[in-house]
Amino acid sequence: MLLSKYGISFIHNDRGGNILLTALLLLVIVVPVMNLMIPETSALHMSTYTVTLLGKYLCYAILAIALDLVWGYCGILSLGHGAFFALGGYAMGMYLMRQIGDRGVYGNPELPDFMVFLNWQELPWYWSGFDMFWFAAIMVVLVPGLLAYVFGWLAFRSRVTGVYLSIITQALTFALMLAFFRNEMGFGGNNGLTDFKDILGFNLQSDNTRVALFIITTAILALAYIASRYIVNSKLGRVVVAIRDAENRARFIGYKVESYKLWIFVFSAALAGIAGALYVPQVGIINPGEFSPLNSIELVVWVAVGGRSTLYGAVVGAFVVNYAKTYFTGVFPELWLFGLGAIFIIVTIFLPKGIIGLIEKLKQTEVKEPKNESA
Amino acid sequence: MLSKLFKIVFLISSLVVSSVTFAEDIIGNSFDDLVPQLTTNSYKQKEQIIEVLSTVDDDRVLGVFKEMLEGRLHYYKEDKRIVFIKEKDEAYEITDVITNDVIGQVDKYDIKKVSVNNTLRGMLRARIAKLSLKNKNPETRLSAVFQIISDLDEEAVALLREREGMESDADVLDAIKTGLAIVDVQSKDKTKRLNAIALLKESLLREAKQALDALVKKDESGQYLEQDAEIRKLAQSAISTIESRREVSAFAETVFFGLSLGSVLLLSAIGLAITFGVMGVINMAHGELMMLGAYTTYMIQNLFPGSLEYSLILSIPAAFVVSGLFGIAIERGIIKHLYGRPLETLLATFGVSLILQQLVRTTISAQNVIVSTPAWMSGSLQINPVLSITYNRLYIIIFSLMLFGVLLYVLKKSVLGLQVRAVSQNRSMAKAMGVRSDWVDALTFGLGSGIAGIAGVALSQLTNVGPNLGQSYIIDSFMVVVFGGVGNLWGTLVGAMSLGVVNKFLEPWSGAVLAKILVLVFIILFIQKRPRGLFPQKGRGVEN
Repeated sequence: MLLSKYGISFIHNDRGGNILLTALLLLVIVVPVMNLMIPETSALHMSTYTVTLLGKYLCYAILAIALDLVWGYCGILSLGHGAFFALGGYAMGMYLMRQIGDRGVYGNPELPDFMVFLNWQELPWYWSGFDMFWFAAIMVVLVPGLLAYVFGWLAFRSRVTGVYLSIITQALTFALMLAFFRNEMGFGGNNGLTDFKDILGFNLQSDNTRVALFIITTAILALAYIASRYIVNSKLGRVVVAIRDAENRARFIGYKVESYKLWIFVFSAALAGIAGALYVPQVGIINPGEFSPLNSIELVVWVAVGGRSTLYGAVVGAFVVNYAKTYFTGVFPELWLFGLGAIFIIVTIFLPKGIIGLIEKLKQTEVKEPKNESA
Repeated sequence: MLSKLFKIVFLISSLVVSSVTFAEDIIGNSFDDLVPQLTTNSYKQKEQIIEVLSTVDDDRVLGVFKEMLEGRLHYYKEDKRIVFIKEKDEAYEITDVITNDVIGQVDKYDIKKVSVNNTLRGMLRARIAKLSLKNKNPETRLSAVFQIISDLDEEAVALLREREGMESDADVLDAIKTGLAIVDVQSKDKTKRLNAIALLKESLLREAKQALDALVKKDESGQYLEQDAEIRKLAQSAISTIESRREVSAFAETVFFGLSLGSVLLLSAIGLAITFGVMGVINMAHGELMMLGAYTTYMIQNLFPGSLEYSLILSIPAAFVVSGLFGIAIERGIIKHLYGRPLETLLATFGVSLILQQLVRTTISAQNVIVSTPAWMSGSLQINPVLSITYNRLYIIIFSLMLFGVLLYVLKKSVLGLQVRAVSQNRSMAKAMGVRSDWVDALTFGLGSGIAGIAGVALSQLTNVGPNLGQSYIIDSFMVVVFGGVGNLWGTLVGAMSLGVVNKFLEPWSGAVLAKILVLVFIILFIQKRPRGLFPQKGRGVEN
């Protein structure tokens, strides 16, 4: 609560956002110092494991913002956003795979290990170009964006809405998962892409690279937040909210509902792709499991827990749920699914506005009863 | 003392046996006399024993021959008893051939194989076939005939001819005639050959087609091996008849597999068609309710281990009750609070599904459990040599259709059905007419969930029963409901069956996984084209 009063004002009239950005700024200063400058013997030292873990959460936060844009602001409950995340991750993974060069187990300079293992003679055409970082970076945005464009164009034009849309997005990610599990696809099948060595010439295992990745991820989360906030505050954002609340009315007033939905859907997918691309070098693996429908639906719960249509709520949700997941799967592994299931139920029934909604409600009672300090 | 005495006795008796060996002669002509003499090292003597044994009218002879051919006939070194062996973790369990008593487990060094050479093997095969031909059971005779046909030689032909005159069973007689025709097409007598071709035309046996193929073969210079043009022409037409009949059979098999898959889809989707289609509630825990049904089957089997045959039948109502009660609990506890918020319902029920999965993992086991199949469900119905239908799949097709019929009846004719339809069409009007809509909601949901439980019983007979059983079906069943058209049970039936059949027709050229992907992509595209499925609901209420 201290920060809310003293937080730096980055964006006019967005207190939650300012708190978030201040927190990110603190994080980006404190974490590198604690990891690199404070000696390991000190209690204040932060292990590289923790840095990577935080980096992972930050990627999830970007993904959560992407989902909040379409679900919170446009009312499209996508159960397949994990697919865009995974596609972005695969694009980055392919670049990292090409960077291994002849340092693989088989030492083949042209082919990744799994292709040698499968007796492939040459690189499939869709792998060409991925040895260049700029190309991979474009693909990170382009591939999820294109899939979202084609899928959204078909879906929104024929006015598939509500639960139908949710179910076919789930089918989409399920189909992609099955496809990526196939060895013939040329993406490493079951094992996915892993054993990465370096990125742009920097060793992925070194602390410095880890910290640099962390800083980049934080910066991109901040940028993603600012861009998303800008979009939802713009006229386009207002129309999107109008579509969420009364699609037919917006249509009858004369807005091209399909184009607005498509635009926000594609932007969100591209953002999810970027999150995936930042995720892969930090965790060091991408496999078809990322496409599993469970991942996508878990993502929905992050946003629900944090609080829909606030953007910063999505970030809070991503951190809270994933921290809980890390904690419980470490301490009581068999309890985690009970906990996750309970979160789904409690949030939908009792906390429709998530943590942010709860805080605001408590603050309102605080105003009514000034003596109550518990908030 | 006693054992020592025994040893001496055995020593003497084995001396007697070895003296017999020198004599190159065999003693006696009964099963009990002959079998112990198989311990001899002389193959010639073994041949004689087999020859005599095959004339002995004893049911045990066939078994001994079969085991001997497989190299599983041994003798116990200690007392030279001839035994059957059965491998049992590292050791062997041996059974006395003559008395059929289990002697016990022995080390492999305690027994010695009754060795066979190729002459003996050939002999044994012929004798086995001959003996099987005389077996009282027509099915054994039929498989013996097929066995003989697969390896025809003069002796076998003689056997078949001999049997042809005595055979009473029509199927076996047909098979014998086909076998003889395979030989007769090469005979000198033209009428015989023509008759044989006509006979082979009716057969789907691989050997029959091979025999016909031989008639239309060309040699290296492009000349027909067969001189008679008429025979060639007839053989050619017979081959194309067989080929088209084979295609029909293959087609029928694919359709059957498709319907079988379709009926599984129908079973898993039909409960969903009620909760989602009629009530408009997205129940992501539907798959887990199926899983509970499968686990109920497992529990019931464990409760009544002796009566496997009936426990499956008993599981059906039990699973209906278990899953139905869980369903009602879910409806009363969670969904009730979320009517009119379909996306939230989806998330909350997904939470329920996670909890149910974990519940099974912690209370029963994280591993798959074994659900046995009763005897009347295993095995298959052999329609012709290339087409066989497994009973479990056949029963599940029938069962799913029956369930569909019952459900249709309940919804169309019963009071509950009437009230369900009334509430789903216009809730406030139904309430005004005195329908207790909250009770109807709970009961409908319970019905849909109970059906899911029954589907679980059926699935337990087809796939592994584990905590993840439900997850693998949930997306498919939603696809079926959406494809068929929400709120329409007939749509679900047509949707399930057509998706199942299409999937199975795609599989041969694309592989199972790709076929599934293609079907999913097809449905995704289909929904874009017809957002309300194959049989959309019509009327004013639709837009809500």
